[in-house]
Amino acid sequence: MNYWPLLGIAVVVLGFALRLNPALTVVVAGIVSGLLSGLSVPDLLTLLGKSFVANRTLLLFVLTLPTIGLLERAGLRERAHALILRFRQLTFARLLIAYLALRQLLSMLGLLDLAGHAQTVRPLLAPMAEAAAEKIDPRIDDDERERIRALAAGTDNIGRFFGEDVFIAFGAVLLIQGFFAEHGIALDPRSIAIWALPTAIAAFMIHAVRLSLYQRRIARLRGERGTGNGEPKKQNAGDANTSNGASP
Amino acid sequence: MMRLEYVFWICGALLLACAVRDLRVQRYAFAAFWTILSLILFGGDYVQSALAAGNALPAQITGAGVIVLALIAGSGKLRRGEDAHAPPPDRAPGDMLFVPALLIPLGTVALILLHPYLQWGGVSLLDSKQSTLAALCLACVFAAIAALAVTRARAAALIAEGSRLLDTLSWAALLPILLAMLGAIFAATGVGDAVAHVVAAVIPTDSRLACLVAYALGMVVFTIIMGNAFAAFPVLTAGVGLPLLVLQHHANPAVLGALGMLSGYCGTLLTPMAANYNVVPVALLELRDPYAVIRAQWPTALVLFCANFILLEAFAFR
Repeated sequence: MNYWPLLGIAVVVLGFALRLNPALTVVVAGIVSGLLSGLSVPDLLTLLGKSFVANRTLLLFVLTLPTIGLLERAGLRERAHALILRFRQLTFARLLIAYLALRQLLSMLGLLDLAGHAQTVRPLLAPMAEAAAEKIDPRIDDDERERIRALAAGTDNIGRFFGEDVFIAFGAVLLIQGFFAEHGIALDPRSIAIWALPTAIAAFMIHAVRLSLYQRRIARLRGERGTGNGEPKKQNAGDANTSNGASP
Repeated sequence: MMRLEYVFWICGALLLACAVRDLRVQRYAFAAFWTILSLILFGGDYVQSALAAGNALPAQITGAGVIVLALIAGSGKLRRGEDAHAPPPDRAPGDMLFVPALLIPLGTVALILLHPYLQWGGVSLLDSKQSTLAALCLACVFAAIAALAVTRARAAALIAEGSRLLDTLSWAALLPILLAMLGAIFAATGVGDAVAHVVAAVIPTDSRLACLVAYALGMVVFTIIMGNAFAAFPVLTAGVGLPLLVLQHHANPAVLGALGMLSGYCGTLLTPMAANYNVVPVALLELRDPYAVIRAQWPTALVLFCANFILLEAFAFR
């Protein structure tokens, strides 16, 4: 067995640790691994080109960008923000937990690309989550805003991942079934998908608890800062509005 | 018929239009980057059919193009322009703005559901092999038209705004494909087999628990390295899961497969290698911390991994 191609993994780890450009790191890792396995340069180029082309569907999300960009220029994010402020009952945790549940259910039905970072998180969920947090504390700082946007993205990921495995026609279930079939073990896809359900429920509960704890954290931070800070309230509201318009 | 090639051609045309716009504002690195990428999208089918016919030259040229793309990304010349942020809107936005935004997801679903009926004379509207992607593309076109109608902007504004967002994403837009490519190279060069060998060599195979821990943790670690649980699954299951857990310790393959894969999914939440989930949103949401999304996810991933492992231990051997 040739262990030298493992150095490709070392290149990846090193590149990420040294914060080199990830795109360059990944391509260099592939070249290192390929050359050390004994591939000739023409064969390596063929492998690079073939596998890049085979995965080009991963680029199709750019088709959403012109529409999203145009709507943002016209004020979509401000509108999403204002919509949340109008609904008093919709708290930060409720908004994100509802999104999580919806994303998981849709994934279970196989509707994976219905939502996503370009389609829903940037234009809708992230500004809505910020608005919901502002209802608790109108003066959340930029670091907190970043954390809230990242949490919105993470909620989308978790909802997608831990729903899709329950869908029997999804790649994961078919990959598992195909693997065991190749090794002489016949499985019904439904028997695989059903075992993804307990973990899907666990994922929902764990993340929902975290979202609720995060909401309490925002309230607590406000409480800690609120005492001994004698600025007039009108000023605060104005600050929150301008900062949110300038750095969406 | 809306064949998948057309989808890639539309995508390529969009990238080319963005490249032309970058050229006009003298962002040459971006212009070169998107031009090369659009050429690969236009030529993708030719590359594949030539390869099937035994001609590797187009694939080799593509491979060289990918290296050039990586070099442009690594040169540090892909920097955002001043117009990266959208200025505040000129007039008060109305609720109609939500219609085009929601048309992308809802239009996709409607087209998928209507797909069996959308045909004339035996020719269906969407390519049935990849109807989801063709539907997504068509929905994007409809949404773009709706967005123009709602905002009363000129069609050129679509390219200008698309280009602004694309340059915000910069090389991060490419990272998901590059990582999928790396996974294919690792598989072709035997990296996976080597890892499975090492894992199987160091664990005490008589202990059921040790094998299970090695399998579940191996799925996480390997997913973190590869950025993809799908790449980790065949390697770990062939190296550890099947020979040690199923054959030697009589684990139920359906339970082991499902929960093993989900262990890997916990790893996906932890790795920058899963670029489309953890790096692309950092660029899209304009976060300063490159690991912000992973920081938001790791506590959930950790607790969930433990819960998943308990389920695995409880049900895999019944």
